[in-house]
Amino acid sequence: MDISIRIGGEAGQGIQSISSIIARTFVRHDFYVFINQDFASRIRGGHNFDQVRISNAPVHAAADKIQILVALDKETTRRDIDCLADNGILLFDGDGIGFTSENPNHLSIPFAQIASEVGKSKIMINSVATGAAIALTDFELRQVLDCLQEQFQQKGPETVENNQKSATAGYDFVRQNLKEKPPFRVPPAKSVRQKMLLTGSQAIALGAMASGLKFYSGYPMSPATPIMEFISSQAATYNIILEQAEDEIAAINMVIGANFAGARAMTATSGGGFCLMVEALSLAGMTETPAVIVVAQRPGPSTGLPTRTEQGDLNFVMHAGHGDFPRAILAPGYPEQALCLMSKAFNLADKYQTPVIVLGDQHFNDAYFTVDELNLRDITIDRGHILTDQDLPTPQAYERYAPSESGISSRILPGHTKAVLYADSDEHTQEGHITESATVRNQMVRKRMQKLKGLRREIGPPEIYPSGEAELVLLGWGSTHGVIKEAVNKLNQNGIVAQMVHYSELFPFNPDHIAIAALTKAKIIAVENNYLGQFAEFFSKSTGLSVDQKILKYDGRPFTSHEIVEQVKDVI
Amino acid sequence: MVTLEDFHSDDPIAWCPGCGNFSILKALKKALVDIQQPPNELIIVSGIGQAPKTPHYLRCNCFNGLHGRTLPVATGIKLANHKLTVLAQGGDGDGYGEGGNHFLHAMRRNINITYLVHNNQVYGLTKGQASPTSEYGFVTKTTPRGARNPAFNPLLLAIACDCSFVARGFAGEIEHLAALIKKGIQHKGFALIDILQPCVSFNRVNTFKWYSDRVYKIDVNSQYDAADRINAFEKAQEWGDKIPIGVFYRIQRPTLEDQIPAIAEKPLVAQQTDPAVFSELLETFK
Repeated sequence: MDISIRIGGEAGQGIQSISSIIARTFVRHDFYVFINQDFASRIRGGHNFDQVRISNAPVHAAADKIQILVALDKETTRRDIDCLADNGILLFDGDGIGFTSENPNHLSIPFAQIASEVGKSKIMINSVATGAAIALTDFELRQVLDCLQEQFQQKGPETVENNQKSATAGYDFVRQNLKEKPPFRVPPAKSVRQKMLLTGSQAIALGAMASGLKFYSGYPMSPATPIMEFISSQAATYNIILEQAEDEIAAINMVIGANFAGARAMTATSGGGFCLMVEALSLAGMTETPAVIVVAQRPGPSTGLPTRTEQGDLNFVMHAGHGDFPRAILAPGYPEQALCLMSKAFNLADKYQTPVIVLGDQHFNDAYFTVDELNLRDITIDRGHILTDQDLPTPQAYERYAPSESGISSRILPGHTKAVLYADSDEHTQEGHITESATVRNQMVRKRMQKLKGLRREIGPPEIYPSGEAELVLLGWGSTHGVIKEAVNKLNQNGIVAQMVHYSELFPFNPDHIAIAALTKAKIIAVENNYLGQFAEFFSKSTGLSVDQKILKYDGRPFTSHEIVEQVKDVI
Repeated sequence: MVTLEDFHSDDPIAWCPGCGNFSILKALKKALVDIQQPPNELIIVSGIGQAPKTPHYLRCNCFNGLHGRTLPVATGIKLANHKLTVLAQGGDGDGYGEGGNHFLHAMRRNINITYLVHNNQVYGLTKGQASPTSEYGFVTKTTPRGARNPAFNPLLLAIACDCSFVARGFAGEIEHLAALIKKGIQHKGFALIDILQPCVSFNRVNTFKWYSDRVYKIDVNSQYDAADRINAFEKAQEWGDKIPIGVFYRIQRPTLEDQIPAIAEKPLVAQQTDPAVFSELLETFK
């Protein structure tokens, strides 16, 4: 079973309230749901949609064809009708949006009239539409009503009742007016409430908080803002300070200050905001201060497409900052991985006393994924080398930048009872004082860059799916994990033996993790949401392997597996 | 008992002979001894310029960061460990030019930080260009026909932002300056101390003598009421033949830290996280 429901309309029409009720209903009955959000950069109007995909197997990407299209405006009927599968059904309010159709699969329902009469308010259109869409899946209405009850119980029994009546009316209308039986059948299921439905942003935020995040500072910017808003909603419960900064420069400098003082701290932004942070990125590198920065990518350059997706900032984050200093770059592909990688990001930042960047993008951050379990036991907290009052029992001269084989020096935190510390953005001596010495300069550059060797050893392997050797490899990173995996499955079903090699721990690159000899014989096709094939270039440079073809997309929209499969067929 | 010796640093001083910064350093140390500030519970955050080298010349915790970004780093440190005494230090270019936006918002936040601005009305470290506080017509390498813009008045802006402690000192009045720094640190909230600092290398107009001939203390033998905002606005506009120094404006309002329940009991740095406590939150996604 694999059914997709698209709800299209203007911003402000309540698309998300429909998609979230539908999604929650099915997730609670143990189905896997994936929602991708496609919206324009405006508060009202425009054309937006949410696409809810429901399956009994894990789904991590949007489908090309949809079975049910709910049009809340006329524009949706124009734009999205081609996405309907052959037997797909369009639900719309003919009088309400001024659209008529003779097509038997186009079913007009008086959403507005039912909402006003049964639900006592036009706001209830969303619940009417929800009920109508569910009717087409032949799923029990009661399950939706339970969800509505929970959703609206805080607003009082009357609101619950009006929503439930509206959904029932929408459901009944479809059942009575549909000439045949519901065409898409979701099998009946018990409510088990075991799976979780959450966005990439929420997974990133959860991972950070469970890893001991104590301070967050950021400046609102799509698509990073939901991370800040989610942490903000939990800050009082979990004793976290969230400070909205005056700009991104302040945000990262506050994060550096908080980390310097000993609290785990992070910020999140998108490419443009990260541009402003870059000088401070090298400040963290120079002062050897931990910092975790999430960059939720969106299409650039400049303001670009603010609410859409791209993987266009990999080159930027790899090279950002003046001078040489070590860093690590991670890019989760699914929520469970985001949880683990946030833990790893904080641990690497603390252990190596240097910045760690986590790359997301609008697609990953805003999409809703269904996960069987997020295991908090996957989270470890390693604060690295911090000398406590017990470690330095007598007053002494402490050297913040003392040499060591690993390049890592033990930290103390300001407020230590036996010692003080100096940290400087200028080149500095072991004590942290400003120096112009050529000898010391050489020692300090080498010391800092020595940490890159340790970091490289910490970087985990790519995911190879299915395992073994293959003649055709689809190479990807970050948010394309789900869609590439799906494409590989489809190719293999079509008799084209293919394998996914997916990187989520990108930098510093560890070539030991892959069988370069075996890959030399394979045809490698990079799949990336950017123009240059940024990871492919980096991969080639790091391994000496040539990437034979690139499937690239930079229109601001995520890939579908169908697109990838068709393009693979074209190039092999 | 904290003594002057406790603040002694061996780091050799890199300022020009006769620089106003020497007097400011002396006043700062005096203030710290007067309030019996333990050096290990003090951190000075500074930017880039000649003034921001100051913390190296004391024994205390120091974070010398980027040009203009002193206040956000200091804010992060204070919120992570509000038990520390946090001083921020920079020059006029650092604080009023590059860091102008942070200056506004630190005052709005009223975070309990004392901000010392060594204001010499010129860029020193980059060797003599106009600064935001250079007087109209001031000739420098970048303003050969004289500065085209009027000087920025930090005190006036601070009072407008309802900065809870606004003061001006003079490097030539060490005792008075030490008393101002002491009051600033003891003040609960954001304290701005703008310090008139002669630059012996690049400012031949606003010299020690020029300032000495003009400054007068508003807080000695006077009826000046620092709680009166209108009064403070008027006083902050005085400049020319007579230049007032002292505390211009002082009020009490809640600090940023006071308003955050997360640190009501103990600072963030003293709080541990157990990942397992988040299992309850995970349930809300089911």
